[in-house]
Amino acid sequence: MNNTILSTENLKTFYVLEVQGEQKVVKAVNEINLDIRENEIYGIAGESGCGKSTLLKALAAVIEPPLRLIDGSVFYHVDGKKIDVTQIPDEPMRRLRWDYVSYVPQGSMSALNPVKRLKDTYEDFISSHVAGKSRGEALQLARQHIVELGLPPQIMDAYPHQLSGGMRQRVTIALAALLEPQIIIADEPTTALDVVVQRGVVQLLREIQQRLENTIILVTHDMGIHANVADRIGIMYAGRMVEEAPTDTIFREPLHPYTQYLINSLPKFGDKTPRESVPGSPPSLTDLPTGCAFHPRCPFVMDICRQEIPEYKNVKPNHKVACWLVEEKSYGKAA
Amino acid sequence: MERLLEVDQLTKVFSLGSITSKIKITATDNVTFDMKPGEIFTLAGESGCGKTTTAKMVLGFEEPTSGTIMHQGKVQGNNEKVWFTEGVQAIFQDPFSTFNPLRTVDRYFFETVDNFGLADNKKDAIRLIDEKLRAVGLTYEEFAGKYPSEFSGGQLQRVSIARALLTDPTLLIADEPVSMVDASLRMSIVNLFKKLRDEFGMSVLYITHDLATAYYVSDRIAVMFRGNIIEMGSVEQVLMEPKHPYTQLLRESIPEADPDSRWKEKVNLSETEEQEYLRTGCRFAGRCPEVMDICKGVVPPDLLVNGVLVKCHLYQEQTADRQLVDVEMQS
Repeated sequence: MNNTILSTENLKTFYVLEVQGEQKVVKAVNEINLDIRENEIYGIAGESGCGKSTLLKALAAVIEPPLRLIDGSVFYHVDGKKIDVTQIPDEPMRRLRWDYVSYVPQGSMSALNPVKRLKDTYEDFISSHVAGKSRGEALQLARQHIVELGLPPQIMDAYPHQLSGGMRQRVTIALAALLEPQIIIADEPTTALDVVVQRGVVQLLREIQQRLENTIILVTHDMGIHANVADRIGIMYAGRMVEEAPTDTIFREPLHPYTQYLINSLPKFGDKTPRESVPGSPPSLTDLPTGCAFHPRCPFVMDICRQEIPEYKNVKPNHKVACWLVEEKSYGKAA
Repeated sequence: MERLLEVDQLTKVFSLGSITSKIKITATDNVTFDMKPGEIFTLAGESGCGKTTTAKMVLGFEEPTSGTIMHQGKVQGNNEKVWFTEGVQAIFQDPFSTFNPLRTVDRYFFETVDNFGLADNKKDAIRLIDEKLRAVGLTYEEFAGKYPSEFSGGQLQRVSIARALLTDPTLLIADEPVSMVDASLRMSIVNLFKKLRDEFGMSVLYITHDLATAYYVSDRIAVMFRGNIIEMGSVEQVLMEPKHPYTQLLRESIPEADPDSRWKEKVNLSETEEQEYLRTGCRFAGRCPEVMDICKGVVPPDLLVNGVLVKCHLYQEQTADRQLVDVEMQS
């Protein structure tokens, strides 16, 4: 098994809002324990509003009000050292960014400066993160990088609006990979793109990962994308991880009822058997149900589910689940 | 054969640019299809293929440059608006922008009842509204007096379907109804279309880029590319044995939720949209793996191959011309 490259311990980040004098707490990321390894694509899936984007912000150490770190830590494993990035000062963190970890936020295709040509954006970026490169060298580096990733080099002279959405998205991903970071965190990189273009973007991510042998943490709600590229998948529900396993296991033997619904509701070509959605609606993160947050929608609900939160633990090697049902069936104690 | 909706040679040309450098973009180019009662018909394609423009013209939001739209044998025109909207209702992509966030949702229902004179008093109106809400799995009690923000995306989309049902339409036009709804809740909307077809004999024009749900729910499908319908037929034929190279590419590119069917080949991405719209001949020629000389200069005819309409030169020799198709359809 590969070494751990990023881990979290009991991570809790909540949005704390003042609404008409009242304090409102949105429990977006709640007691999350992750162990992400070198050389893998780790997918995170879940409904909108389950806290997956917030989790990524925390992993990228972008915790800014109203988001607050309540408890726990995020560790980067840099050269054998474990660094808690929620506690380090701005300057060392700035040096880690892009060099060690880069973050492609949601809607990043609109992140390019509209009044600058791409080469100027690249140059800006290179001059602030790489010391001692002249303008010519920087451009040379950027152009070479663009070509290696199979994008046309003439786009360097284009303004962002001259490119299609898919091309812009690929340019931002290329930019994120420029300094060959150990970790790339990508939030819904293919949402709002057409299927063919989406395929191009996913291909690019996969290629980068194979070339750099680094780690990509990929958030998307599209299980098709996960099936296509992820090595392991974590399923999030109402701010918590409820299941984690290798991609094959998630698709073939999901254990959590929510994951089962999620997988079974996906339409497949050549199969018209009726499929059902998860019943009910997602819970509000400000007012979570007691016990297991999924219990109001769960067809197998038991008394204990309404009272206590199930522990998130290994039921088999490499397969973690948080569900009382699994406990009941006694798949054996933690491996 | 009875036809509910007939769309004949619908063309819409948009002019872009300033006075000096005008380009004309043909958003839809002689789009022709028809729908039977009690049928779910999908218009599929990527963004910019003209599917929404077609829907807008069918709904009367956009004036066609040429061509006609007939609903139950009557031509759609401005003087017939009320009659038309009673029979044809629509739901849209984002339910949260469909409803004003500062108005309670039930007001839209009472307004529709009022506009079409569907009930004499409030009691009857509530009964009617409750009946339609139950059809989509909601009740009047859990909906009255609520603002849009109090519903989840899936619920609100079902609310907008219930509102569309008030007038007992024969045709529901659904423009990307599930793309903003979570995967876990998508099927609740899609299953609803099946229910409307099977229980109420309604037809649904389902406009989407999501071929997997299209396969699951619809009877027939038309795949559009840059303003043209390039393949049309039963979903089984079009999606399981796609004939047009573009449909093949599209079908191939859908990420299937199955780790065994990962993509193996690389894909070529398009030139810009504008270039493809302005192309003479087949608009897919720039990316087509099987491109021939004729494709670059001559617009392919509509060919009928085993009951599927295909707009591609590849099938030229195997089939008769579109003219023959028309003769067949009339007889």
